[in-house]
Amino acid sequence: MHAVANPEHDATTLGLDHRKLLMWTFLGSECLFFGSLITTYLVYKGRSLVGPYPADVFDIPYTSVSAFVLLMSSLTMVLALAAIQRGNQRGMRVWLLATALLGAIFLGGQMYEFTVFVGEGVTLQHNLFGTTFFTLTGFHGAHVTVGVFMLLTLVGASFAGKLKPEQSLNVELVGLYWHFVDVVWIVIFTVVYLVEAPNIIG
Amino acid sequence: MATETRPREHAHPGPLKYVVIAIILAAITAVEVWAVYQTPLRDVLLPTLFVLSATKFALVAMFFMHLRFDHRLFTVFFVGGLVLAIGVLFALAVLFKAFT
Repeated sequence: MHAVANPEHDATTLGLDHRKLLMWTFLGSECLFFGSLITTYLVYKGRSLVGPYPADVFDIPYTSVSAFVLLMSSLTMVLALAAIQRGNQRGMRVWLLATALLGAIFLGGQMYEFTVFVGEGVTLQHNLFGTTFFTLTGFHGAHVTVGVFMLLTLVGASFAGKLKPEQSLNVELVGLYWHFVDVVWIVIFTVVYLVEAPNIIG
Repeated sequence: MATETRPREHAHPGPLKYVVIAIILAAITAVEVWAVYQTPLRDVLLPTLFVLSATKFALVAMFFMHLRFDHRLFTVFFVGGLVLAIGVLFALAVLFKAFT
């Protein structure tokens, strides 16, 4: 049973941990944040007056690999949580570092993609596609960056002896954030990239 | 007491089940990418992609984020935000005449 002891925090009137409820409330608000950015991208889709257009710059196989990397980071994240809940500190560190590494690979891929796009003439100011695309994927990348820092903080806390199995909620909260970043990319990958594929392939 | 702080929660899956879910997620992603290259599927591509994407979203939320096992209030808070976001999407799409 996963009912992990959490002596630092008393039960609330709901019987739920304050921090976990706060995280879910935050993630609910994040749905609106990214929902607005995705909507903005979609309503301005096809309304750029000048190119380059999405079909000119998107590389579906490349982005598919990035999406796969982020998807697998969700697996390593949940394995880190499972490890700490079983008292396996070493396993948790390994999986947390693997998650951070996969997140860093995703970020590196995104930076390379952005560099290629700018080289092709797509910038934040150039046209509606550039503005909405960079705002949406840039904010997502910023979230991934924050997530990587949180993961490395957990690893540091573990090495310092400040992350014990009874404090597994800390890992769970970071995990919730990380999985959310992953599900946002699942949506972006489909509505931004894959939907555009027929225009690329012809 | 531990069990008092997490009422109505059920046991989380073990690592093996997480790996199985990840394999399913990877397989769905592969199907998505395969589908966009299939010309005969063009007419049904959009609904297919949305269904596959929603399935991946639901699998991560239910199993990796443990919504299936945790207190229902967490689901209410998350899905509440999600429903509002979808409402915003349709409202703005109508306002900006994205459907026409």
